Amino acid sequence: MARSILRGLLRGAAVVFGVVTLTFLLLHLAPGDPVQRLLGPAATLEQLEAGRHTLGLDRPLPEQYAAWLGRAVRGDFGASIAQGRPAAVLLAEAWPATALLILLSLVLSWLFGILVGTVQANTRRRGLDTTTSALAVALNAMPSYWLGLALVMVFTYQLRWLPAFGAAGVDAEFLSGGARLVDRLRHLALPLLTLSLIGIGGAARFSRAAMRAVRDSPYLVAARARGLPQSEVVVRHQLRSALVPIVTLLGLSLPAVFSGAVFVEAIFGWPGVGQLLVQAVQARDYPVVMAAATVSAVLVVTGNLLAEFLTGVVDPRVRHAGA
Amino acid sequence: MPGPKRFGGRLWRDPRGRIGLLLLAVVAAAALLAPLVSPVDPDAQRDVVATRFLAPLTTDLHGVVHPLGTDRLGRDVWARLVYGARVSLTVGLLGMAVSLVLGVVVGSLAAAGPRSLAVLLLGATDFALGLPRVVLLLLLAALWKPSAVLVVVVLGLTGWMPVARLVYAEMRSQLARPYVEAATTLGAHPARVLFRHALPNALAPVLALATLGVGNAITLEAGLSFLGLGVQPPAASWGTMIASGRDTVVNAPWVGLAPGIALVLVVVGCTLVADAVSEQ
Repeated sequence: MARSILRGLLRGAAVVFGVVTLTFLLLHLAPGDPVQRLLGPAATLEQLEAGRHTLGLDRPLPEQYAAWLGRAVRGDFGASIAQGRPAAVLLAEAWPATALLILLSLVLSWLFGILVGTVQANTRRRGLDTTTSALAVALNAMPSYWLGLALVMVFTYQLRWLPAFGAAGVDAEFLSGGARLVDRLRHLALPLLTLSLIGIGGAARFSRAAMRAVRDSPYLVAARARGLPQSEVVVRHQLRSALVPIVTLLGLSLPAVFSGAVFVEAIFGWPGVGQLLVQAVQARDYPVVMAAATVSAVLVVTGNLLAEFLTGVVDPRVRHAGA
Repeated sequence: MPGPKRFGGRLWRDPRGRIGLLLLAVVAAAALLAPLVSPVDPDAQRDVVATRFLAPLTTDLHGVVHPLGTDRLGRDVWARLVYGARVSLTVGLLGMAVSLVLGVVVGSLAAAGPRSLAVLLLGATDFALGLPRVVLLLLLAALWKPSAVLVVVVLGLTGWMPVARLVYAEMRSQLARPYVEAATTLGAHPARVLFRHALPNALAPVLALATLGVGNAITLEAGLSFLGLGVQPPAASWGTMIASGRDTVVNAPWVGLAPGIALVLVVVGCTLVADAVSEQ
């Protein structure tokens, strides 16, 4: 077990390193640079040269890369070119919002997805199975940026129930503890609902398949024959073994959830890594792009490692294989 | 694998395959026959003030009927939808085609080549699979001049890994079967054995994955265009249409709803066909 965790960590570190290097190369090989964006089209050649010199952009690429790497290892990601604040601070403010959104939506997606999939796999009513399957396919097919828009249409403009932008109201500073929490939750509702609805569609499809695959296994027939109540057969026996592929997929779905979060953050103005990344890429804010790419790679790699670890927890064969 | 004809027949007998194929056929036909399906020019703006934000099914003062209404610049939403379908479908299909070719080449080489090559290629695949696709897409699309060609290349380069893995697994199991040995014994060239015998037999699950991938690629393309990093206005694309619908949610919800529904129909079609194919 310890060895496989170590191997996973090494592989994760390699992926993060690869993402960072690739991002650096792409940023610096692409036409256009941040100084141009910052100084505007009226800047003279001398001003551009001077700007590049202060930012160290006129030095050879390998030298710049080594310098960045050396500082990044010590946690120094440089200052944002567009905002002047340290990129590390911007990221430190942004990542909890993204982690919260992704984590909650994963929990909701798989909780409801497994529930729906279990009912689908075991029901005798074909109509119910077909309708819910169709619904799951449709939900899973919805692009997050469009579903978000549709939800805003209904819940913000038609019903006027929920806010559609940001993580807190403009008056949040002046609210008491309880009211502030309600305000936060109301702002969280639509981004979370968007990501979770799409996730439930995918999770239900997969859970249904996993539960059906074991439904007619001899050991389940035996459990029923011994007179165990249906609920116990389903939860303790059927779900138990269907859980292995489900947990594996949960880890693999993480990059997709992160992708969805990037778009959702952009639509709802949710102050997370995704929004920061989109803004920074458009402004050619090198230090922030590098920092955001690093953090998103670390988030995804950590999630995959956790899922791998969880697979070991739910599957004794995996748990003992490394020993 | 049975012949293509029988394969298609069985696909058609599966209700999911039938519904999916019909959905995709309708959208593809609308895209191919765009000038016939919509006589209006998708970029035509006449009297902007008089013709903007017309509700679906209204007739404007020029006597033109707008089945899905008009957008902020008075352009016909239905016309933009069918012309946008050309962009979305082409980019999605080509992007997946690039992924498919790359994936099949890498997967087959890893399965048939020497052990060291397999280790190298599979390692590279696993590594590429760990990269966050959207981050790469954002970077590439934002840093270079946005264009449809760039989006195709980027989609292709970031989508081949699942194909490669699947091809590798399927080919390994095919190469171990007696018919491969028989073909080799009869003196067939290794490349012939690989591509004429083993690959066609391994293709069904790969086809299912590729169909799903097309839907995925179309969604991503629209997403990039939505963020302003893909197909550039005024060219009609479903992503830019959804983006422009975002500002008119209140007074003209049809502008954003129509392309989204079209997108969902295509992805649902792909999912259903993929489901049916993978259970053949």
